[in-house]
Amino acid sequence: MSSAVEKVIAGDVRTVARLIRDIDDKIPGVRDVLKALYAHTGKAYVIGITGAPGVGKSTLVDQMVNHYRHQGKSVGVLAVDPTSPFTGGAILGDRIRMQRHSLDDGVFIRSLATRGHFGGLSQSTRSAIDVLDAMGKDYIIVETVGVGQDEVDVVKSAQTTVIVVIPGMGDDIQAIKAGILEVGDLFVINKADREGADKTFNELRQMIDMGHEKYEDGKWKPPILKAEAVFDRGVTELLETIERHRDYLLKASQGNKLRKNKERIREDLVEMIKSRLIQEVLDHMSENDRLNKAVDAVMDGEIDPYTACDELLLSTLRALQKDL
Amino acid sequence: MRDRKLRVMVAKPGLDGHDRGARIIARAFRDAGFEVVYTGLHQTPDSIVKAAIQEDVDMIGLSSLAGAHMYLFPEVVKLLKENGADDIVVVGGGIIPDDDIPKLKAQGIVEIFTPGSKLDDMVGWVKANVKTRTD
Repeated sequence: MSSAVEKVIAGDVRTVARLIRDIDDKIPGVRDVLKALYAHTGKAYVIGITGAPGVGKSTLVDQMVNHYRHQGKSVGVLAVDPTSPFTGGAILGDRIRMQRHSLDDGVFIRSLATRGHFGGLSQSTRSAIDVLDAMGKDYIIVETVGVGQDEVDVVKSAQTTVIVVIPGMGDDIQAIKAGILEVGDLFVINKADREGADKTFNELRQMIDMGHEKYEDGKWKPPILKAEAVFDRGVTELLETIERHRDYLLKASQGNKLRKNKERIREDLVEMIKSRLIQEVLDHMSENDRLNKAVDAVMDGEIDPYTACDELLLSTLRALQKDL
Repeated sequence: MRDRKLRVMVAKPGLDGHDRGARIIARAFRDAGFEVVYTGLHQTPDSIVKAAIQEDVDMIGLSSLAGAHMYLFPEVVKLLKENGADDIVVVGGGIIPDDDIPKLKAQGIVEIFTPGSKLDDMVGWVKANVKTRTD
């Protein structure tokens, strides 16, 4: 076993921090470490926090961390913020709300930039969860970028997905749209002291009730909670509800480990294949400058982009077949 | 080796309530293509160092307008060393008297930017002097 693997399992902060950077930067050697770490994962409980920008996700996460620490649980936080599509830079500011935990050795907080990945998380998030899990964190809280309606990646990584909304966002039509509102295991109406909280509550309840046939036979029906995260109101109830959902999942999986869900493993694997394939193909194309040459050829009108794509892709795949 | 993305932290140590400058610099770094972790106000040297290690940044930019830089800046350098993280470059900025600059540099703050520094110059300095780790 490599020393990096041992250090992660021993909870060494510097090693974990550097490993997550290596994952983000797609350093090839990192795969061997992840392979070795996988056997040490599956113990942490992963909670996803998602919702539109400015609804109070970071503040809520900060309070949740505080509560878990009072329960004596260790916590890892992965907070994702958007990368600029123009410069590739990013301001990672979720930490501002959580800095009071930075001196607490039982808490590891890491900011991640999306780096062009859509879906509300970074491509590295999935593996970063594994690293914090292997590190021995009891709870891992994943905070997505501020999302709109369609960024539902977090569901694939979290056991409990919490959707945070605030009063007065859109009318009832918003609530029946597909996407983000469908994936919540529970809803939090944050800033519930604001006008319209009851209306938002009723709209969400109606939306959930419309799908009542889904919740028959004891299936989980998403509860709706009110909170004022900034004043630590409603956070205890949130944590209790997350535990109820956890118990429900454990019962439903008949004692199997939560991570051993066939659908989830399939999705993870497909994602991994996709990102690895794209990375290998693009690396190969840029290494021998063929991508640049094709761009020039299309630019000069020597070839159409469709033919260029066929030629590049086929020759690259053939070359890779020999390499791999 | 693939190119790594430069990660920097902009931090406000001490009891200094003004972060307009720090935020403008964070924004300039973002526009230069860096990933910028911003800590917010009222940080202790210890909380800055712990955060910088968790975030695996290549550089910490400390901003101080309140006069405590002679204690706070060297303290950050000292704590990085104690935590085996002295590969992280520390720079400072803010209201820093000229007389203090050589003293700070002698204590490991690599560069100091004072009022009037141009954003382009600061970004250029970082690009020329801060390297992402290669291991």
